[in-house]
Order: sequence, then structure tokens, then C-alpha cells
Amino acid sequence: MRYVAARTAKEAAGLLAAEPGVTRVLAGGTDVLVQLKSGLVEPELIVDIKKIPGIGDITAENGGFRIGAAVPNAALGEHAGVVALWPGVVEGANLIGSTQVQGRCTMAGNLCNGSPAGDAVPGLVAANAVARIAGPGGERDCPVADVPAGPGKTTLKTGEIVTSIFLPARPDRASDAYLRFIPRTEMDIAVASAAVSLELAADGTVKAARIVLGAVAPTVVVADEAGKLLVGTKLDDATLARMAKACEAVCKPIDDKRGTVAFRTRTAGTLARRAALIAYARAGGKK
Amino acid sequence: MKSIPVSTTINGDPYEFLCAPDETLLDALRNRLGLTGAKEGCGTGDCGACSVTLNGRLVCSCLVLGAEAEGAEIATIEGMADGDELHPLQRHFIDHAALQCGICTPGILVAAKSLLEKNPDPTDEEVRYWLAGNLCRCTGYDKIIRAVQAAAAEMRGA
Repeated sequence: MRYVAARTAKEAAGLLAAEPGVTRVLAGGTDVLVQLKSGLVEPELIVDIKKIPGIGDITAENGGFRIGAAVPNAALGEHAGVVALWPGVVEGANLIGSTQVQGRCTMAGNLCNGSPAGDAVPGLVAANAVARIAGPGGERDCPVADVPAGPGKTTLKTGEIVTSIFLPARPDRASDAYLRFIPRTEMDIAVASAAVSLELAADGTVKAARIVLGAVAPTVVVADEAGKLLVGTKLDDATLARMAKACEAVCKPIDDKRGTVAFRTRTAGTLARRAALIAYARAGGKK
Repeated sequence: MKSIPVSTTINGDPYEFLCAPDETLLDALRNRLGLTGAKEGCGTGDCGACSVTLNGRLVCSCLVLGAEAEGAEIATIEGMADGDELHPLQRHFIDHAALQCGICTPGILVAAKSLLEKNPDPTDEEVRYWLAGNLCRCTGYDKIIRAVQAAAAEMRGA
């Protein structure tokens, strides 16, 4: 195995593209090192991207924020601006692992690890976040929603790396929230999860809603119909019940020791309902 | 595998070592530098026995490659006492009997120190959440929380 700390994104992409064997990109390492330790992968090449200038920075851009791919989630939670603009994204990211893991793990890593249960991903997709991707052919922007392709798989091509994630600007009266179910209080992987992003009109009715469910399908699921049901309402109980049903309708979870299909499905709807109420209150909505 | 030369700072002192590309910082600390305070419990970032700080952030050294230490500032349990004088956390862990077998103790002390630097007056709940990644199979945690709070109180008064 070779270890290279790339100095530029172009160098990283070139190294990864030129290596015929198994490669891994190293940012926080909280997934990669575990894979190495367990013998799950034996990479020929590890490219550390943390020495790339700017990749560890959070930068204000067009009213939103660009989050470098090597920004640890702990740093995200310490950034008052990001927390104020996208509290749901941050709370999802900050649920991952322990304090020690938070000191290293990144949202880009959570995205590229490809777990359907990644806690950072539903919030990013609900936020319409955009991944900036560097590859052998140059740079491209891709909605975060289009990156996951299934458990452990992404749509990134050989040699491509995510260099940053852009969280867009927000109008007034907009906010988001993320909830997950785990059978304990911390340090666990979501059995089901939901992120909700809302924009409200001046009178408090929902103008736009985006609902994203995690751990209930091979990738995160955008519950489009469920989101549409909220528009024009103030989240009355009947609407929320219909929304939860619409969430359940798009779940395709697996049965395993951590949750049955029925439990995951029902829980996803319930979490979406609760997250919608939190996002609504954060956006200044009053019931 | 080709060895990688690493130059780093540990507890304020410059260190240089050679390590394999897939060698963890924990293994480099223990096997190459003789800093055996950080322990390997799980090796997968679940137990926190290998906690150190890397550029000021609390991390599991089993989830860091030795090569990543290049140019970094690392703090380990070995740097916690000032010569023969124990850090207040270390003293209060002894006074409160906040350990039995002691394997988890270096990691918990490093983690608790990192908490008190960030939050000198934490609630019990904040201490418990902060230390959620440090497993102890002996104490049941209660004495650990009391020891951290006693040290925090002393440090606030000092």
C-alpha cells in the first residue's frame, strides 16, 4: 500500500485515476481506517486529501456556505453561521459517532461512504446541497442527491473526489430539521431517519417543503409527494397524518436485526412528521 | 511496503519516526516511540482507549494513520502531568476511585481534559455525552463523572 498526501485536487484525481488497483480517499478516515483494520479492503493506494489548500475551510458564498471536504463535523457544529442557516444539516452531521469521531469525520466522507443510513446525507439532500467534484477531466458540480447509488456505491467515476459541498442561501422564514431512530441515546446507526426543509410564506403557511428519508431504501429517498402535501398548510394534524402516510409509501427498507420492514416504514413517517414540526417552529411558524 | 518518514510534535517535543503506510498513529506511538499510555481496546474507534488530541481535536489514534501526523501537534496522556505533579483530573480520578483496571483511564483523562478546555463548567449530561465514546467496563461511569466534575470545580477555582 502507498500513502500519498496530495497537494492539489488535480494531483489527487490524477493519482487515483492512474492506479489500477483498489484505492481509497482519506479525509477523516473514520470509515477508511475501520475498513483497513477489518481487512474489508486492501487498497494499493490511499490518497490523503487534507493537505489540499482550502479543503478544510468553511467559506461564505452567495449567501450560503461552501463546506470543504475535509472539514470535520465538530468544526461544522462550531460554525455559528452554518448552524443558523442549516441547523438540520448540522444536527444530522453532529449525530455521527462519538466526540472522537466528530473530530475527524466529514460530511463528504459520509456521503461517499455510500451508507443508506448516513446521518449527514438526508439533511444535505433536503437542503438541495451541491457537491463539487474534481476528476481527471476537470471539475463539475453535482446535486448531493445524485451521488449515492446504493449501499457502498456512488456515482463518482474513477479518479473523482468530492472537494466541497455547497449549502445554498435561505430566504427568511426557512429552516430544517433532522431526526433519526436508534435503540439507544447516542453512538449508533440510524434504523430510520428523516430530514425536512421548509420555507414559509409571510402568513406562516408552507411555501416549499422537501422531505428526505434515510435508512429505508438502498439510498436516501426524496419523498416528493409527502413534501407537496405540506405546501399551503400550517401543518395541521390531518395534513401531517397524510404526509406520514406518503412517506411510508416510498419506503423500501430491509428487514434485519436492527429493525423490521414494518417498523422502519412506520418510524420513517413518524420521524418526518416530528421533524416537520421542528423545522416549522425554527422557521418562525406558529401553530 | 516503503516506510514513510514522519516529523511531528508530541506533548510539545519534536519527534521523528518511520512508519509503514498502513500503520496507525496508535501503533506508531506505542511501538515506535514507546508512548504506551494510549491503549488499543477495539482498534475501530468505538472504545476511546486510544484517545489523543491531534491539532487540538480529540481523536481516536487508532483511526489516524501514522503518516497523517506529519507536521501535526499531538498531545497524549504522557504530557498530562507536570513532572511529578499530577493534573487535577488525574488526582481526582484517584481520590474518587474512578478506575479499576485502568485500561480506559488514559483515554478518558485525555478526553475529559479536552472537554474542560472547551467547557470549564459542564453539566453531568454534557460530561456523559462528551465521554460517550470512552467505554469503561469496570466503574459504571458514575465515579468518572464525579471525578471530572470535582476536577472541573477545582480548575475553575484555581
